[in-house]
Amino acid sequence: MAPRIGVVLFPGTNCEHDAVQAVERLGGTAELVWHGATSTSGYDALILPGGFAHGDYLRPGAIARFSPVMDAVATYAAGGGPVIGICNGFQVLTEAGLLPGALQKNRGLRFLCTTTTVRVERDDTALTAGVPVGTELSIPINHFEGNYTCDAATLAELRAEGRIVLRYVDNPNGSVDDIAGVCNAGRNVVGLMPHPERASDPLLGSVDGVVLLRALLETARAATPAA
Amino acid sequence: MGPIQQFSVQVEVLLRAGIADPQGATIERALPALGLDGVTAVRAGKSFRFDLAAADESDALAQATVVADRLLANPVIEDSQVTVRPAGAPA
Repeated sequence: MAPRIGVVLFPGTNCEHDAVQAVERLGGTAELVWHGATSTSGYDALILPGGFAHGDYLRPGAIARFSPVMDAVATYAAGGGPVIGICNGFQVLTEAGLLPGALQKNRGLRFLCTTTTVRVERDDTALTAGVPVGTELSIPINHFEGNYTCDAATLAELRAEGRIVLRYVDNPNGSVDDIAGVCNAGRNVVGLMPHPERASDPLLGSVDGVVLLRALLETARAATPAA
Repeated sequence: MGPIQQFSVQVEVLLRAGIADPQGATIERALPALGLDGVTAVRAGKSFRFDLAAADESDALAQATVVADRLLANPVIEDSQVTVRPAGAPA
């Protein structure tokens, strides 16, 4: 059966259709899940896509954290369900406490819209299962607040537990330790600033994002839907 | 509990020491254009004001602190300072 992916939609999200298309081109089925939903059961994985949830007012993700769907996402994640946050979705997951750290304004105070090279650091997360460590992927970023930061103890923990999932080869935004993506202790919740769905078709200039999205679909296929 | 009173709250949010503040740095770099080269340590933050109904000043401070810590500031990167005064009292 094709894995069924829920794509969470907040007011101000704007990458949901890109995510749906990318999933469907790879043989998955994708459905939009409105932020007012109180359950995400029945999905094999969830994607929190990019955009400006709730206008990014206060801080990116700060208001989205209080959307009803986030309690359901937290329950889903606690049950082991794969949850991927892309760009604004990553910011939402950190604000919600499902991932550690925070995304602050880019070093240099520039909005960055460019293609980056990221290196896969782990082959055992929901987004990178089976992807050889060291694989370099060309994937675009599109953000103002993508500069990952956390306190020294958290960084030490992320390193020791192998929870840095992706690193920039040439750090574009000042992220500590070149971090482009991290995961939770269970390795089922992954957040990343680059947009794999925007590198999923030759027309987009790169198909490297397919490597990650295909890994997610494989994870979803193997996952028992969480309650 | 006594009668409910109205309080005015001000919350100031600043990036924590050690967190890069590119906005503050950019503002600082603009100041020499005004002929002011003695201004240093510029930091950019946010200021919030709201009214709050509470039993007394300590209750108001406790509630306002929840607002500051759980919503207005992200403790990973920001510190907040809460000031509470009775409504109508001079700031």
